[in-house]
Amino acid sequence: MASETTLTWATVAPAIAEIYLAIAVCVLLLVDVFYGEKRRGLTPTLTLAALALGALLTAQFGAVTERVTLFNGMFVADELGHFLKLAGFVFVGFALLYSRTYLEQREILKGEYYVLALTALLGIFVMVSAASLLTMYIGVELLALSVYAMVAFDRDSGIAAESAMKYFVLGSIASGALLYGMSIVYGVTGTLSLDELAGQLRGELSAGVILGLVFIVVAVAFKLGAVPFHMWLPDVYHGAPTSVTLFIGTAPKIAYFALALRLLAEGLQGAVAEWSQMLAALAVLTLVVGNVVAIVQSNLKRMLAYSTISNVGFIVLGFVAGTPEGYSAALYYTLVYVLMSLGTFGVILLASRKGFEADELDHYKGLHARDPMLAFVMMVLMFSTAGIPPFVGFWAKLRIIQELWATSHPWLILIAIVMSVVGAFYYLRVVKLMYFDPPGELPATERNTGARVALGLNAAAVVLLGLLPGPLLDLCARLLH
Amino acid sequence: MITLAHLLTLSAILFAISIAGIFLNRKNVILLLMCVELLLLAANFNFVAFSRFLGNLDGQVFVFFVLTVAAAESAIGLAILVVLFRSRRSINVEDLNTMKG
Repeated sequence: MASETTLTWATVAPAIAEIYLAIAVCVLLLVDVFYGEKRRGLTPTLTLAALALGALLTAQFGAVTERVTLFNGMFVADELGHFLKLAGFVFVGFALLYSRTYLEQREILKGEYYVLALTALLGIFVMVSAASLLTMYIGVELLALSVYAMVAFDRDSGIAAESAMKYFVLGSIASGALLYGMSIVYGVTGTLSLDELAGQLRGELSAGVILGLVFIVVAVAFKLGAVPFHMWLPDVYHGAPTSVTLFIGTAPKIAYFALALRLLAEGLQGAVAEWSQMLAALAVLTLVVGNVVAIVQSNLKRMLAYSTISNVGFIVLGFVAGTPEGYSAALYYTLVYVLMSLGTFGVILLASRKGFEADELDHYKGLHARDPMLAFVMMVLMFSTAGIPPFVGFWAKLRIIQELWATSHPWLILIAIVMSVVGAFYYLRVVKLMYFDPPGELPATERNTGARVALGLNAAAVVLLGLLPGPLLDLCARLLH
Repeated sequence: MITLAHLLTLSAILFAISIAGIFLNRKNVILLLMCVELLLLAANFNFVAFSRFLGNLDGQVFVFFVLTVAAAESAIGLAILVVLFRSRRSINVEDLNTMKG
């Protein structure tokens, strides 16, 4: 490994997103200390501006034409990482845009919330660009610790504190398992670098590597929320303030995709036969439990948590294929899923008012009569998540099934299709409640124009990407050639 | 003579104690936080042991980072505990059961 002793612009530029974001976090913290009390809306507005500037800088200077390793083999810059960072900026920007009114009404519109969101994003970037077990661990923890604090952000909500504690303990077990697995893999191979690891793990694997691999797969499954390591997910989605649920349900999924990709598909590619079997078992359980349990939920946030679990099952199926095409299908699925859940939780945020959480299914009865735009957006998103053509969710499911077909996994295809049909029931039930049930006595919905425009764009993206799936599909295929 | 196998056994025991502690403990949330710390230390022990026997310093550097993260983690854990206690007046694990399904 060539070690660069001098820092030049060329060796730093690919990390511009991380460096910029770390500086932006410090600046925003200071601004909030000096002006946060006097001008409430300043930090939120500046954060959005900082995200926009970050996206511009990353697009301008962070691009790389080929895979390069920087900082003594700690950091990898490739086209995939560059694209995921841009996506991270956009998704977090939208998430914060939707959340603002909600936070304001619950009197938790504080600078710290925005700073924590940015440190979480920094954690996501570190994970996306990790080239060593050490950087990967630091990224995982940076993201996780920021998110634990965000879940507990509404200090007066007992249910939020409870879910934060559950998330913290279970998330820490996952981190501990990850670390233990990493230590065993390090002990057997003597290296922390993912590239060197990939070079060493060829042919017959020792028992030590398999043991380490089991711990790592468990941790990845925990972070993604795959059954039987999903216990935290429904409680956290349910208990956290909806704006935090929106945050957890979106950008971090990109990071956990990157975690699985960098660790399993790149570092431990030599053990693909072993981990793809483990993941196949997890995926089947995840699809069945996620979809079946979602049916009996009466709380929309909890139902969406189980829907997340079932969608994670599809993402895991992409990894089960074990080919670059399979990973590109998983990437496509992750992006599409994040886009859809961004919109879905955005609708919940806009349907909530001060002192009223629109998180029960009954709160959506007759939504069409009260707010046609919100009901229409929700309908598009529910159809798409259910996988009904021509919306984008259909192509995502189709791509996964194609790759399973190409790698001859007929049973997994059968389970995936049957479970999609089961899943369609609870998505369509929401549409039925909104359009065919009489509206009850409920508070009016939120009229924030900015958030509504963003939501409209979000729904338009779901429709347009469904009608013209080509460009994004080609992009995903190219990023993982 | 202490061999690598002894050290790994000790770290495996520490790991098992911490996992068992998390799942068996039904009383006190602070015990959960202690078990979480023990979990990280078990992994640290592994890193140091491997690092010593491989003659490779990377593992010991990793431990420094893990220790820093562990400090941050317990700070956040205790902060959440304070919030929990403020709203519940209890830190009993069995009281963490308002959400079901």
